Amino acid sequence: MFEYAPAPESRSVVEIRSSYGLFINGEFVDPGDGGTFKSINPASEEVLAEIAEAGPADVDRAVRAARTAYEQVWGPMPGRDRAKYLYRIARIIQERSRELAVLESLDNGKPIKESRDVDLPLVAAHFFYYAGWADKLPYAGFGQRPTSGHSGADPRPLGMAAQVIPWNFPLLMLAWKIAPALAAGNTVVLKPAETTPLTALLFAEICQQADLPPGVVNIVTGAGETGRALVEHDGVDKVAFTGSTEVGRAIARAVAGTRKKLTLELGGKAANIVFDDAPVDQAVEGIVNGIFFNQGHVCCAGSRLLIQESVYEPVLASLKRRMAQLRVGDPLDKNTDIGAINSAAQLDRIRELSEVGAAEGAERWSPECTLPERGFWFAPTIFTGVTQAHRIAREEIFGPVLSVLTFRTPAEAVEKANNTPYGLSAGIWTEKGSRILWMADRLRAGVVWANTFNKFDPTSPFGGYKESGYGREGGRHGLEAYLNV
Amino acid sequence: MSERVAVRKTYKLFIGGKFPRSESGRSYLVEQTNVALASRKDARDAVVAARAAVKGWSGATAYNRGQILYRVAEMLEGRRDQFTALGVPADEVDAAIDRWVWYAGWSDKLAQVYGGANPVAGPYFNLSAPEPTGVVAVVAPADSALLGLVSVVAPAIVSGNTVVVLAAEERPLAAITLAEVLATSDLPGGVVNLLTGRAAEVAPWLASHADVNALDLTGVTDADLAKSLEEAAAGTLKRVLRPPAGPVDWTADPGTGRMTALLETKTVWHPKGS
Repeated sequence: MFEYAPAPESRSVVEIRSSYGLFINGEFVDPGDGGTFKSINPASEEVLAEIAEAGPADVDRAVRAARTAYEQVWGPMPGRDRAKYLYRIARIIQERSRELAVLESLDNGKPIKESRDVDLPLVAAHFFYYAGWADKLPYAGFGQRPTSGHSGADPRPLGMAAQVIPWNFPLLMLAWKIAPALAAGNTVVLKPAETTPLTALLFAEICQQADLPPGVVNIVTGAGETGRALVEHDGVDKVAFTGSTEVGRAIARAVAGTRKKLTLELGGKAANIVFDDAPVDQAVEGIVNGIFFNQGHVCCAGSRLLIQESVYEPVLASLKRRMAQLRVGDPLDKNTDIGAINSAAQLDRIRELSEVGAAEGAERWSPECTLPERGFWFAPTIFTGVTQAHRIAREEIFGPVLSVLTFRTPAEAVEKANNTPYGLSAGIWTEKGSRILWMADRLRAGVVWANTFNKFDPTSPFGGYKESGYGREGGRHGLEAYLNV
Repeated sequence: MSERVAVRKTYKLFIGGKFPRSESGRSYLVEQTNVALASRKDARDAVVAARAAVKGWSGATAYNRGQILYRVAEMLEGRRDQFTALGVPADEVDAAIDRWVWYAGWSDKLAQVYGGANPVAGPYFNLSAPEPTGVVAVVAPADSALLGLVSVVAPAIVSGNTVVVLAAEERPLAAITLAEVLATSDLPGGVVNLLTGRAAEVAPWLASHADVNALDLTGVTDADLAKSLEEAAAGTLKRVLRPPAGPVDWTADPGTGRMTALLETKTVWHPKGS
């Protein structure tokens, strides 16, 4: 491996306050009945800031602020004016993108080259895209849909949306939630993950800078209890959640019997399928991107590699060579490929499942790599000799761990790929066009990447089949989740 | 000369294209007629039949599905007297026939209306298309024995889903007669499976069944039962259509919401390059 001089991105571009309150009704306020918790840098375990923990009374306050803003300001506001606020937010995000990228890498542990080149451009693009929908909702294809016997009405917002997001793409998931909600005329209370609240709080400052009317966006920080108080609040019209399938089930149960509209974007165990005619180098780049992008903390990660038997050896050898080139370390270093695992708890989960993989008989391999002493780290890892019954082939690991299986025929590949309760994404690598389309028809997954992987765009609907959740985010489809249609 | 003794009909379940009695051997009385009282086992058999039919039905061309739904309308038109004899008003039979025709035409239009190209910011072909979600369990509305039933079954199957539908408990006769129409309309066995019996007994098994993808609670009038069914559905994250907030005018333009609620959107990416 080449030696590189350290090339760290400067931290001076971002100023982190020592403590943050809750963002309710346009201002930062102290929690009434909650305590505080600390957000740390997972690459160093250094405390970054003390964060307010919202209790039920704080959540109630935030929901009321959002309700008032919906009824008095945002709901009645013409779409063209809502659009301008969203365009303004998109522009400020572009202007402050490096600051946001550095803060994201500090709080989350992801490599700066990803936060800078993937997360932030997508965040700005998402707001820019949905801004344009705000004054075009009657053209979104929902306008002439009669509901309950009334025909021809324009689509209406739902009201007040409760949104709970995960820690793997903190600001991007915020954008996926807030941009369509606001474009459709809803107001929101958003809870970021407890390990990654900082960019959401900086986004709150951006809302202030954009002169967004108070109460349209409210950010309440906290852990699972705060999220529960939010989604179970009677004043909520819409619940949107991205996170684990286990929590998704609990939320689906919690909203049962109510009129709350629910969309869920949950776990995955995607198959990345490599046929014998695939160009090996391109496929290997796709495999690496599929599972090691963002430390594998990706719900749509290609965590099950299915290699056609006849090319198993060369693909595996090439993959191992490529993995030996991956640079694990300081997330702020511009050459880093794999950053820190987001939390001690997630590191435990990855270790535990990896140990199960070895204990169940799969063969474990990682390239030689020196991990930093402080912080949470896990070397890129593959398991070979994995069968469909192994836990590492069935359960979402949510880390840089790849399970390798083989297949002989396209039909067998489809059967193995679909043999999971999840259905979020899938990858196909082959030069044969008809085979791509045949496979794409049969894979039960919401996103199929053919000869590419882990691509995202605000115009492109994203979401799962089966236990990966329901509803779509992105594109025209993403509006449906926030409209009374 | 004595009057001819009529041959009565046995009202049975409709599972996998066949008309079995309930395996439980039970029946209940509706309008002096014994109707099969479906059990948990019948519900599970119906799900097996529905699952087995998914591959062929969802894999059929949209044109083919459209023709078969239209064929259902043709068959229903020819049997209108059977329904009026059961007390279904003639205008309701008309509306039910017309509803099949309306939905038949949607089969090859859904993908154009609800899918399309996405202009992503990069050199990629990117296309979204709707697909059926799979097996749909339906509790048919109680207030409209024929039109209500058609209005929940047709939008589910037109896109390629298969259904297990529990007929209105107190009005099952028109439902079974409709099953006889379906059985003679080239609809593959298992695409529609019809159970008669008690929602409170059978629906929980459908709501918690791991091989059911979606649950339509339109006919559940008991709010507590609806809530518990939705909670059970959360176990495998089924798509749930909640009971309507108020009375439904089944004669109104049905819109597309019932179809889209039972669709998945699949998005396919491919790089462009020379």
